[in-house]
Amino acid sequence: MATAGKVGVVFVSHSQQIAAGLVDLARQMAPTATLTAAGGTDDGRIGTSFDLVSAAITDADAGEGVAVLCDLGSAILTAETALDFLDDEVRERVRIIDAPLVEGGVAAAVAAESGDGLDAVVAAAESARGGAEPVGAAADATVGTDAAGSGGSAASGYSRSITLVNADGLHARPAAELVKLASGFAQKVTVNGTDAKSLLGIMSLGLTKGATVEIASADPDGRVAVEAIAELAESGFGEA
Amino acid sequence: MGLDITWAVDWVRRSAQVVSDHRIELITLDREIGDGDHGENMDRGFQAVLPKLDDLHAGSTPGDVLKLVATTLISTVGGAAGPLYGTAYLKAAVAAGDSVSLDGEAIAGILTAARDGIVLRGKAEPGDKTMVDAWTPAVDAATAAAADGADALGALEAAASAAWEGAAATEPLVARKGRASYLGERSAGHRDPGAESSALLLQAAADAAAASAGA
Repeated sequence: MATAGKVGVVFVSHSQQIAAGLVDLARQMAPTATLTAAGGTDDGRIGTSFDLVSAAITDADAGEGVAVLCDLGSAILTAETALDFLDDEVRERVRIIDAPLVEGGVAAAVAAESGDGLDAVVAAAESARGGAEPVGAAADATVGTDAAGSGGSAASGYSRSITLVNADGLHARPAAELVKLASGFAQKVTVNGTDAKSLLGIMSLGLTKGATVEIASADPDGRVAVEAIAELAESGFGEA
Repeated sequence: MGLDITWAVDWVRRSAQVVSDHRIELITLDREIGDGDHGENMDRGFQAVLPKLDDLHAGSTPGDVLKLVATTLISTVGGAAGPLYGTAYLKAAVAAGDSVSLDGEAIAGILTAARDGIVLRGKAEPGDKTMVDAWTPAVDAATAAAADGADALGALEAAASAAWEGAAATEPLVARKGRASYLGERSAGHRDPGAESSALLLQAAADAAAASAGA
């Protein structure tokens, strides 16, 4: 059953194991969203199945929209053909997304989990397309300031530096928690210069234990958001 | 004379036979520049159509047969050929409409619709080293033949002959679409398996028309 009120995400792959594995991976960060797999042929060989893709789309559709991610070319052809056979009313809310299957799929799943609408889920997946840019920003983390743990007012807005305490740093799950929290605030917040609402941006910072993290908002009203995110990070995300 | 339901059913049976006969050849072509499943996929698809021919009700049209092939291939082929050929047969079925008998012009129209369906689905252009390189000359030849007054058999013979030439002409091309495009320059020197199977199917259509005319 598709989760009511949430966009569904469909993973189409030539391989049954890849599609199922992607659901498992995304599930970690999207425990309640509807994630469905359509991998391999009807009899489990490598290929794509019109019937499996059609069923996966139907299963993922709770009326809020369905985002479909595909691997190689013929998976897209099969998905497009499946869309052609849907009722017009359903087809309007199903989108095939041109985005990397793993990064885009995880981003879509997290957006769906947060209750985002179809357009936002699609945008989240597509944000994975160009690769994340903040390599330079990640390097800044090690430069950092000595002001770890201190709060203060930046030239405009508010910023606070903290030190990551959990053993594995800002890996997928904590990154998703951080993004989810940041997404709840209207103000723009950055983590070492990267948009705190971009899962891929945050994950690609590659921040590990001990890294200094500057959480900042240029928005005068961003202080609450910065404090909330800083507290979450300082808490170690519930990890050792 | 026009081509009717008997021709359409015979075309499907001959297609299944010719795809089965050339299964290994198609697999070999596909293994050189693709994933090696084209022969197996096409064979499975057409074998799945055969038993369904018996379920056609009395009064079925060529369009009904084309639609049956379309839905079966889409569901059973598994590779890119499923959606591509499936869409081709589906568009052809729409073009055939309720006609019980197809003349040269109707055949040209059906082939054009099929080719347009493949292009719509696969977004390949002539010269990309795909089945479009067999279909486009076939459509052009059938259309020209029909305009010159050829009957359905004449149009299909022209199409088949042009499709073979088109398939052969894919050999020196560098693939720009499909799995073979990953090989880049290395795809040159091999015939495109989709273009080959397209020529086989169009030849089967012409053979069925010749048998129909001789009957």
